[in-house]
Amino acid sequence: MNASFLIRRLGFGLLLMLGVVVLNFLLIRLAPGDPAVVIAGEMGGATKEMLDSIRQEYGLDKPVLTQLWIYISNVAQGDLGQSYFFNQSVAGLIAHRVGPTILLVLSAQLLSIALGVFLGVIAARKPNGVMSGFVSIFATIGYAVPVFWTGIMLIILFASVLPIFPVEGMQSVKLRDAGFLVQALDVAHHLFLPAFTLAVIYLAQYARLSRASMLEVLGSDYIRTARAKGASEKSVLFKHALRNAALPILTVAGLQFGNLISGALLVESVFNWPGMGRLAFDSILRRDYPTIMGVLFFASAMVVIANILTDLSYRVADPRLRGKG
Amino acid sequence: MSEQDILNAGAESPALEAWRMFRRNIPALFGVVMLTVIVAATLYGTFFYSGDPFEIVWAPHEVPGATPEFPLGTDYLGRNIVAGMLTGGGPTLAVGAAAAAITMVIGIALGALAGYYGGWVDNLLMRITEFFQVLPALLFAMVLVTLLDPTLTTIAFAIGVVSWPQTARLTRAEFLKIKELEYVTAARAIGARNKRIIWRVILPNAMPPLIVSATLTIGVAILFEAGLSFLGLGDPNTMSWGLMIGANRDYILDAWWPVTFPGVAIFCTVFAVSLIGDGLNDAFNPKLRER
Repeated sequence: MNASFLIRRLGFGLLLMLGVVVLNFLLIRLAPGDPAVVIAGEMGGATKEMLDSIRQEYGLDKPVLTQLWIYISNVAQGDLGQSYFFNQSVAGLIAHRVGPTILLVLSAQLLSIALGVFLGVIAARKPNGVMSGFVSIFATIGYAVPVFWTGIMLIILFASVLPIFPVEGMQSVKLRDAGFLVQALDVAHHLFLPAFTLAVIYLAQYARLSRASMLEVLGSDYIRTARAKGASEKSVLFKHALRNAALPILTVAGLQFGNLISGALLVESVFNWPGMGRLAFDSILRRDYPTIMGVLFFASAMVVIANILTDLSYRVADPRLRGKG
Repeated sequence: MSEQDILNAGAESPALEAWRMFRRNIPALFGVVMLTVIVAATLYGTFFYSGDPFEIVWAPHEVPGATPEFPLGTDYLGRNIVAGMLTGGGPTLAVGAAAAAITMVIGIALGALAGYYGGWVDNLLMRITEFFQVLPALLFAMVLVTLLDPTLTTIAFAIGVVSWPQTARLTRAEFLKIKELEYVTAARAIGARNKRIIWRVILPNAMPPLIVSATLTIGVAILFEAGLSFLGLGDPNTMSWGLMIGANRDYILDAWWPVTFPGVAIFCTVFAVSLIGDGLNDAFNPKLRER
């Protein structure tokens, strides 16, 4: 891994985040009305003292460029402003919500890749078999189902017909004082349905993609060599072929991260999952702009980080790229 | 076979050839039929079955089939679900189509410029594209809709603004490939200007993958509109399938039908669109059909 690549990638990531901050600044000014009133939230009850202190903090009486500079330096110091609706700092609000969202998104990502790739590999063994047909149909269906609706259907199923999974929230109230392991299991139990809901869409895409990628790889000479020297079918598929077929899957997994966060917004709303999506939704309904902007900033930061990690893992997975700028 | 026959045989246009392929693709034709039925129902359904989807006409949560007047039952307020199904498709389809059009226009324009000119233009436009890809699309759309006030126009605009990067990348890739081909050099040799080469020479040849992508974009845009309406961020004065699901979500354990039927409708629409998209993809890439 060469360092200059890493530095350049990080530098560009920071530049993107600076772009997000500038965009936030522009969006607040795009909202109709006095920015101070916008920032205070349209609750009608903002006192004159409150508006004055907002004008002071954001420098709203100064030229626009100075305001932008004040805003950027506040964000750089971790100050995303104050939510007047929740009466709390935005950074503090988000800090409580980042964990559940990351947990949900990563579990859904892992679940969809693991299951999807497995189905894709099985399907690739017989390109015209039953499993291949199933994967193609399932992929088209998975793409067409609205994610929030899948969640609702699963809630109906698991709340009334087959009550084996909790359908709401992240923890049981009665287990709040239990030991760590019990609590972790409880969270995992609550996590299953939301993560599965979110995974369904992408699972289908990974299955289709890995099937196509495997079919391409399975036709190559080194696979014939592996078979000729007597490697078992399992070893050929999962050791020889999958390693080479994995690159496109990795690329898509990285690109998919932003979509996963979008999907998580809806899934969190359906399952009352206490993450950033719920926070975004609540703050949008209340027009609590500092919080909305904070969530947009953090969600984008998560995508930037995921992209950098994808680029790095790409280099680990593909030795041909190492040493290239 | 005479020389003239061979020339004639080769004269079939690629579009005609694609149509031949498409015509034989049963799932794609099924998609066309399904979409036609859905569009016809949302356009003309109200001529045969009129009813205000917002009006309270009966007791809440009437079971489907129990009253012949309301074959799909009523929702939590006692509103007619059939009326909602028939009027709720229009906005969804219109916003989906308009948003896809906006996506394609922005994406193709930026992708074409980046791919054709290369150098700093490409660099700048691709950095902007990457920036837009970093913003989680639904969240950004939610913010835009809230700032601009939700009407069908602003919703279509917001969805278009957040969805174009992929189209831009695809267009750029096609342009990079095609601009090296001989007929582009030939066009330049006879003195065609850049504008003409971009829009008249390269773009028509880049269309097949873009048409497929446009079809899939319509599907994504419909899902987007449904998601926004579900969250209550759609146009509150227009009934839509997503809004029906969102409005009834608190009562799903009392009544499954008010959320199930609109969901099936959204699913069928996007499913039909993607079957057509897959069919077009196969028709334009005969090589892929063997897979």
